Amino acid sequence: MNILKSIGFYALVIIIVVVSVFPFYYAILTSFKSGTAIFQVDYWPKYFSWENYRLVMTQGSFPLNILNSLFVSSVVVVISLFLAITASFALARVRFRGRKLLLLTILSVSMFPQIAVLAGLFEMIRALGIYNTLWSLVLAYMIFTLPFTVWVLTTFMRDLPVELEEAAIVDGANSWAIVTRVFMPLMWPALVTTGLLAFIAAWNEFLFALTFVSNNDTRTVPVAIALLSGASEQEIPWGPIMAASVIVTVPLIVLVLIFQRKIVAGLTAGGVKG
Amino acid sequence: MAASDTATAARSRRSNLKAERIRSSWIFLAPMLLVLAFVAGWPLLKTIWFGFTDASLDALSSADFIGFNNYLEWVDYGDGDGEWYGLLADPDWWQAVYNTVFFSLVSVFFETIFGTIVALVLHAEFKGRGFVRAAVLIPWAIPTIVSAKMWAWMMNDQFGILNDLFLHIGVISQPIAWTASADTAMIAVLIVDIWKTTPFMALLILAGLQMIPQDIYEAAKIDGINPVKVFFRVTLPLIKPALAVAVIFRALDALRVFDLIYVLTPNNSQTKTMSVFAQENLFQFDKFAYGSAASTLLFLVIGVITIVYLKIARVDLEGGR
Repeated sequence: MNILKSIGFYALVIIIVVVSVFPFYYAILTSFKSGTAIFQVDYWPKYFSWENYRLVMTQGSFPLNILNSLFVSSVVVVISLFLAITASFALARVRFRGRKLLLLTILSVSMFPQIAVLAGLFEMIRALGIYNTLWSLVLAYMIFTLPFTVWVLTTFMRDLPVELEEAAIVDGANSWAIVTRVFMPLMWPALVTTGLLAFIAAWNEFLFALTFVSNNDTRTVPVAIALLSGASEQEIPWGPIMAASVIVTVPLIVLVLIFQRKIVAGLTAGGVKG
Repeated sequence: MAASDTATAARSRRSNLKAERIRSSWIFLAPMLLVLAFVAGWPLLKTIWFGFTDASLDALSSADFIGFNNYLEWVDYGDGDGEWYGLLADPDWWQAVYNTVFFSLVSVFFETIFGTIVALVLHAEFKGRGFVRAAVLIPWAIPTIVSAKMWAWMMNDQFGILNDLFLHIGVISQPIAWTASADTAMIAVLIVDIWKTTPFMALLILAGLQMIPQDIYEAAKIDGINPVKVFFRVTLPLIKPALAVAVIFRALDALRVFDLIYVLTPNNSQTKTMSVFAQENLFQFDKFAYGSAASTLLFLVIGVITIVYLKIARVDLEGGR
C-alpha cells in the first residue's frame, strides 16, 4: 500500500516536471535544427546546428531589439525603485490619515487593465513628441512597475524592527536620514528582488511596445519575436523564432533559478502576507 | 509643577516630531503620486473622454463631443425605420465580452485546481524537491510571447509535436489545426494560459500552506483521520484566505488578457477578448473613439466584477494590519 502510494506520488511529480519543462526543451531542440530537419518531429536531440542563431543575430534588427529591451527595462527599474523607496517608507512606517486608501489605490493601479489607459497615453506620447522612441515605453511602463515596487517594498519595510528607527530618532535623525542611512543598507536584498521582478515585467511587456513603437529598429524583444516573419506570408520561420526565443529566455530562467527563494518571497509578499 | 512642565514639553516635542514625520511622509509620497497621476490617472480620464467624442487616429485634437453615440445610437432612416448602432448593439463586442469572461472563468478554475495540486506536492517532503520547485518555476519565467510562439509551434497542424503525440497515443484520429480552427482555438489559448500561470498560483498557495502549523496535521494523524478528509476539513479552510487573494490576482490578469491571444490566435473571433477588440478598433480599424468607448466599458466591467468578488469572498487585501 505504501509502495503504491509513493509510486503514485512520484508519478505525479514526474508529470509535473515533464509538463513544466517539455515545451521549452522542445523549443531548444527545434532551434538547433536547420533546413528541412525542422519539419520532422523528434522527441530527442538529433541535430546540432547553430544556423538559426546565426540568422537571428546577423540578419534583421534582433540584436538591436535586445539592446532596446535592456535599455528600457533597466531605466524603468532604476526610476521605479528610486521613487518607490521613499514612498514605501511613508506608507510602511508613518501612520497618517488616508494611508489605507492610498495603498488600495496603488494596488488597484497595478492590477487595472492597461488597455484602459492606452488611448489617453497614446495622445500624451504624441503630444510629448516621444512616439516611436524608447522613452515612450519608459513612461508607459511606470504604470505597472511603480505600483508593484511600492507595494512590495512597503510589505518588506513593515517587517523591519521598529527599535532601529526609534534609536535613530533619539539620535536626532530626520526621516530622510532614517531612510537613506538606516533602512537602505538593510533593504538591499529586497531592492534586488523587487528590481528583478520589475525588470522581468518590463522585459516581457507587449501591448504598449506594440502600440507606441512602430519601427523595426526601435522595437523591443517580445514584439520583434511576435512579428518575425519569413520571405513570404505563408512561410513562418520557426527555426529563427525558436532561436530568438531561447536567446531571450535563457538569461531569465537563469536569473529566476538563482534568485528562486527571494523571488518567491517577493511574489507572495504582495499577495498573501499583505 | 516642574514635573508637569517637563511632561508638557515632552508631549509637545512628541507631537512636533509626529507632525514632522507626517509632513515629510507627504514629501516622500509626492513624486510617486505625481508620476502615477501622470501615467495612469490622466490617460484614464482622457480615454473616457475620447469615448464620448468622434476622435479619429489622425484628428485627436479636433475631436467633438457626441455624447453616448459610441455606446448606443438610434439611426433613423427617415421612413420611420431605423437601426441601433454603437457598442451596446454590437454583436462583436458582446462576443468579446463572452470570450473574456469564459476564458477567465475556465482558466482560473483549472489554475486553482492544478495550482493546489502542485503546491501540495511541493509542500510534501521528498527527495529532489528543490529540483521540482525549480522546474515548476520555468513556465512562469518564460515571457508570454515566447510561450505563445513555443506552443504555436507545438500545436502546428502539419509539423506539430502535439498532433504527432496524440496520433501515436490514439487520442485523435487525424491532425487538428489547434490554433486556426474555430472549435479548438479557445482550447489552445486555455492550455497555454493554464500551463503558464499555474506556477504563480502554486507559489501563492504554497505560501498559504506553509503558514499552517504542523501540529494540526500531527493531531489529525494521531486521530487516524483520512488524508482526503484532512485536506477538505483542515487544509482547505485554512488556506482559503491565500486562495481568495491568489484567485483575484489571477482573475484580474485573465480579464485583461491581450498578448497571448493576439499572438497565438490572431484574427479569430472565437478567442477575441475585450482588450484585443479595443486595441484593434483603436489602432487598426481607425475607430479611435469607438475603441476608447470599448476601453472604458472594459474598465467598468472589470471594476464591477472585482468589487462584487471582493464583497462575496471578503478578501482582506491588507491582511488585517
